[in-house]
Amino acid sequence: MSHATAFPGSPAPARATAAVAARATDLSKVYGRDETRVVALDSVSVEFGKARFTAIMGPSGSGKSTLMHCMAGLDSISGGSARIGDVELASLGDKQLTRLRRDKIGFIFQAFNLLPTLTALENITLPMDIAGRKPDQQWLNNVIETVGLSGRLTHRPAQLSGGQQQRVAVARALAAQPEIIFADEPTGNLDSRSGAEVLGFLRESVRAMDQTVVMVTHDPVAAGYADRVIFLADGRIVEELHEPTADAVLDRMRLFDAKGRTS
Amino acid sequence: MLRTALRNVLAHKARLMMTALAVLLGTAFVAGTLIFSDTIGEAAKNASTRNLKDVAVSVETVRTGTDDESADGKRTTALDEKLAARIRALPGVANVRSDVTGPATLAGKDGRPVGEDWRNRAVNYLPGTDGRDDRYPLVQGRGPAAADELALAEATAKAAGYRIGDTVRFATDGPVLTKKLVGIVSTDDRQVIAGGSLALFDTATAQRLYLHPGQFSELVVTTHPGTDQQALTAQVRALLPKDRATATSGAELAAQQAKMVTAQNSAMSKTLLTFAGIALFVGVFLIANTFTMLISQRSREIALMRAIGASRRQVVRSVLAEAGLLGLLSSAVGFALGAGIAVGLRAVLDANGAHFPDGPVVVKPTTVLYTLAVGVVVTVLAAWLPSRKAAKIAPVEALNTVEAPLAPRSLVLRNSLGLLVTGVGVAVMLYLSTFDVADENNLLLAMAGSMLTLVGMIILAPLLSRPLVSLAGLVTTRLFGISGKLAKENALRNPRRTAATASSLMIGLTLITGMTVVGESAQRGMDKMAATGLTADYKVTAGSVMTGLDPELSKKVAQVPGVRAMVPLRGTFFKAGDGFGRLTGTDLAQLPAVTALDFTQGSLDAVRAGGIAVSEKEAAEHHWKAGDQVTVEFSDKPSDAGKQTKLKVAAVYRDNQVIGTSFADMSLVDPHLPRPKNDELLVKADGGGSEKIAEEIRHALGDSPLLKVQSHADLSREAAGEIDTIMNMVLGLLAMALVIAVVGVVNTLAMSVFERTREIGMLRAIGLARSGIKQMVRLESVVISLFGAVLGMGVGIFLAWSGGQLTGSAFPTYEMVLPWGRLGLFLLIALVVGVLAALWPARRAARLNMLEAIGAQ
Repeated sequence: MSHATAFPGSPAPARATAAVAARATDLSKVYGRDETRVVALDSVSVEFGKARFTAIMGPSGSGKSTLMHCMAGLDSISGGSARIGDVELASLGDKQLTRLRRDKIGFIFQAFNLLPTLTALENITLPMDIAGRKPDQQWLNNVIETVGLSGRLTHRPAQLSGGQQQRVAVARALAAQPEIIFADEPTGNLDSRSGAEVLGFLRESVRAMDQTVVMVTHDPVAAGYADRVIFLADGRIVEELHEPTADAVLDRMRLFDAKGRTS
Repeated sequence: MLRTALRNVLAHKARLMMTALAVLLGTAFVAGTLIFSDTIGEAAKNASTRNLKDVAVSVETVRTGTDDESADGKRTTALDEKLAARIRALPGVANVRSDVTGPATLAGKDGRPVGEDWRNRAVNYLPGTDGRDDRYPLVQGRGPAAADELALAEATAKAAGYRIGDTVRFATDGPVLTKKLVGIVSTDDRQVIAGGSLALFDTATAQRLYLHPGQFSELVVTTHPGTDQQALTAQVRALLPKDRATATSGAELAAQQAKMVTAQNSAMSKTLLTFAGIALFVGVFLIANTFTMLISQRSREIALMRAIGASRRQVVRSVLAEAGLLGLLSSAVGFALGAGIAVGLRAVLDANGAHFPDGPVVVKPTTVLYTLAVGVVVTVLAAWLPSRKAAKIAPVEALNTVEAPLAPRSLVLRNSLGLLVTGVGVAVMLYLSTFDVADENNLLLAMAGSMLTLVGMIILAPLLSRPLVSLAGLVTTRLFGISGKLAKENALRNPRRTAATASSLMIGLTLITGMTVVGESAQRGMDKMAATGLTADYKVTAGSVMTGLDPELSKKVAQVPGVRAMVPLRGTFFKAGDGFGRLTGTDLAQLPAVTALDFTQGSLDAVRAGGIAVSEKEAAEHHWKAGDQVTVEFSDKPSDAGKQTKLKVAAVYRDNQVIGTSFADMSLVDPHLPRPKNDELLVKADGGGSEKIAEEIRHALGDSPLLKVQSHADLSREAAGEIDTIMNMVLGLLAMALVIAVVGVVNTLAMSVFERTREIGMLRAIGLARSGIKQMVRLESVVISLFGAVLGMGVGIFLAWSGGQLTGSAFPTYEMVLPWGRLGLFLLIALVVGVLAALWPARRAARLNMLEAIGAQ
C-alpha cells in the first residue's frame, strides 16, 4: 500500500456537461422512523453521463448500494428526485417501475442471479421474453460474440464456471440495449482473472457500444476500469475522480479511512 | 435478520401444520368411526336390552315344508294355548305372553305406504289383568279390543299422520283393510326404531289375519326373580313338539340382536375406515415430501450439528422425534375432530331418514389410544426415509459457503422399481379381466392388483412428469408466454418433488374416477336390466315379494280403459339335476305385447302347445336344446317334494331380463304353486300410458299400499338408488382428496417459492411484474395438479375397466361407459385446485421484497 502516493487533480469540468442518462437531484432515502431512523442518502445530487462508465464507491453503510437501488427503481425514494432519462421515478407506481426496469435498465448482480432452469441463451434473452419482444438478432450475436459465449449457449448455469455465469449476466444486461446498466459488485464473487474479463466487457460496451454503465463496487481495481468514480460516505457524495487508476482510487480510500479514524 | 429468521420459523410451522392436516383428517376418520360405531352399538344394545329385559325364554315356530302355507295362505304353527299353559306351569315361570306377528303395510293419510317395507309389522295387543299391555304402554287412547279396531306405535302414527278416531287403511296380503285407530302406544321395538311401522290388533283379529284361531307365532316367557334362565330354557325345550318350535333364552336373543346391530354398523364403519385409510395413505406422501423439503432446507444446519459431533443416529432420531411430535399433535386434534364427526354424522344420517337408537356418546379409552397410535406411527413411518437422507448429509457441507446445486440423484433405480411394480399390478389386473366371477379370491386379487398399479404409478411419476409436464408446458408457454415457460421449467426442476406433490391428487382421482366409471357403468347396466326388452308401459308389483298379487284382482286391471294388454308373471322354483331354475308362468298370447322375444330355436307357438321356453344361458347351463324331454322337480309346493315332472323344451330365446330364465303357460305352472298368485303384472297401455291410467290400475287393484305401479322412469330411478349412494360416497372422497391435495400443492409451492427467493427477486428486478410472478407460480401449480389428475384418471379408468369385468356373470348387462362429462369436470376441478392452491404461495412470491430477495442466500 505504500507505493500509491499520487493524488489526482480536480475533475475535468468539460466531461460533466455531456448528455445525461440518469440524474439524482437532492435525492434522500430514509429508513425507519424516530429512534431507529437511518438516513441512507442525504440530499445526493449526481448525474450519470451517457456512454460513460461510472463507479460508485464508499465504505459499508455509505449509501452506495442504496443510491444504485434508488436510481434503478428497485427501491422507493424518500425525497428529492431520481430520473432515468426524462422519467421521474418518484412519480411511478410499481407497475410502471417494473416496466421501466424491463425496458430501460439492465442489471448485473454480485451473485450472478441466473435462472438455473434456463439455458445461457434463454437467460440472455429473458428480459426481452418478459417484455414479449423479439431480440435484435444481429445485436444479440454481437453481444454474445463480445462476451465469448458462442460455444456455451445451450449450457445451463450449473454447467458454467462463475466467470462464465457472470458473462451470461453481462450479456443479458447488454442484449436488451437498455438506456443504462446497473451493476452491483459484479466481480464480488469472481476470481481476479474472471473479474478482469467481466470489467473489460463492461468498459468495452461503453467504449464500442455507447452503453451507459453504473457500477457499485468496493474494489479499487474494479473502479479503475471506470471513466469516473464517485465516493460516498454517510449518505453524501464526498469526492469524485475522473479517469481514475486503481492506485488513485486506493489512495483516496485510504484518505477516507484516515479521516474516519480521526473524526 | 432476526425478523427473517422468525418469519422462516413461522412459515415452517405453517408448513408443518399443513402437513399435519392429512394425518389430522385420517385420524379424525379413525376416531369418528370408532366413536360412532361404539355409540350406536351401545345404544342399540341398550335398546334391545330394554326391549328384552323381561324375556327369559322365547319360543318360536320352525317353518317346515308341510305346514308352512296352507291353501288359505295362512300359517299353521305348533304354538297354541295348550303349549302356553304347559310352559306356564313350569317352576319359576311368572307369565307366558303369546304373540302373533305378521307383515302389515299401512297407507298414510296421503295414501302413500308408511315405513320401510320389510320392517313393517303388526302384533297382537295383549292386555293383562288391568286391561293394559305392559309391553306396549299406552300413550293415548286404549288398546284395540274389537275386530274393527287397531292401535299404532307412536312413531308410526306420527309418520302416517293418523290420530285417534281416524280410519286406518292397510294391507297384510291381498286386499286393503280398514280399522279404526283407538290407541297409540310407545315401544322399544328394534324394527320401529329402525324405521318400520307397527300396528296392533286384538289377539283374535291378529290370529285371523296371520294364523289360525288359537295359534301364536311366539311365546315369550317371563320368570320370577332368581330363576335360572338356562335351566328353564332346557325345560321349555323339552315340552316343545319336535322340529316344530325352538326355545331361545333371553340372554341369547340379546346377543343375537347385538350381533345384528354390529353387522349393520360394520358396513358404515368400513366405509369410514376406508376414508381414513386413504387420508393416511395420501398423508404419508405429504409428510415424506415435506420432511424431504425441510431437510434439504436445513441441510447446512444438520451438517453443522454433524460437524460439532452429532452422530448420524442422533440426526435420524431428532428428525423422527419431530415427526412423532407432529403426529401426536395432529392426531390429538384429529381425535377432537373425530368426535365431532361422530356426532355430526349421526345428525346427518338421522336427517336423511336413517334411524338409530338414542344413547349417549361413547368414547372408549382404546379409541383415544388407537387414534393417537395411528397418527404417530403413520407420521414417523413417513418421515423415516427423509430422516435417512438427513443422516447422509456430510459434516463438510456446513463449510460450503456457496450453496452447491444438488446433483440430481439418478432415477434409474426408482424407475426400474416403478416399472416392475406397475408391471406386476397391470399384469394382475389384465389377468383378472379374463374372469367374470366376483368371488372373494378375485376381489382380493383385484384389490392387490389395483394397489400395486397405483403404487407403481406413484413410483414412476417422476419419470412420467417430464413428458407430461413438457407437453403441458407447450400450452402454458403458448398461452402465457414467459410465465408459462418458467412455470413449466420450475415444475420440471425437481421431478421427485413434482411427482410427490401430484401423487396426492393422483390417488384421489384414481379412486374417484374408478368409482365413477364403475358407478356409471353399473347405472347403465341397471337401466338396461330394468327396462331392456320391456315394451310394457307399467310394471305392477306387490310391495312385498311374499304376498304377491291376487289373480282375480289382477284380472280387473285388464278391464281398465286404456289398458291394451295385461300379462301376469308368476314363478316357481325347480331343481334339474344339480342345478336350479325358475319357471315363469304367463299369458303366452299377450306376452309379445310386453317384451321383445328373440327365439333362437323353436317358437312361441311350440311353447303354446305345452312346452317350456328357456333362455340361451339357462339352456347352456342344463345342456338343454329345443325338442328335449327334461325332468325337473318343482320345489315350491310341499306336495311336489320328491316328485319328478317331465317337461318338453319347446324353444330357446335370447336372454331376456323381463321374463327370466324360462317360461311356460300359466296352466303349466299353476299346479306347482301352493297358491296361485302373481309376482308381477306387465301392462301395455294406449299411448304409452298416462298418470290417469296408472291411477286407474292402482284403483282396480284396491289401492293397496302394498302395490307398486311403476313406469320405465320409475324403474330406472329405483335401480339408481344404490348407485346414488355410491356416487355420494364418491363426492365425499372427492372433497377429502381435494382438501388434502390442495394442502400438498400449497406445501410444495410455498417451499419452492422460499427456495427460489433470489430468482424471484432477480425476475422482479429485470422487469417481471408482480402479476407475472403470480402467474408463474399459479401455472406451476396448475401444471402439477393437472399432471396428477391425468395420471390418476388414467389409472382409475384402467382399474375400473379391468375390475369391472368381474361383474360379468352376476351382472350380465354391465357395460363399461366413460362418463366424459364427469371426467371433464374432474379435470376442471383439478385445474381449480391448482389455482386455489397457488393463491397464497403466489401472493407471497409476488410480495417478496425485491432487494432482500436478490441478496438472500
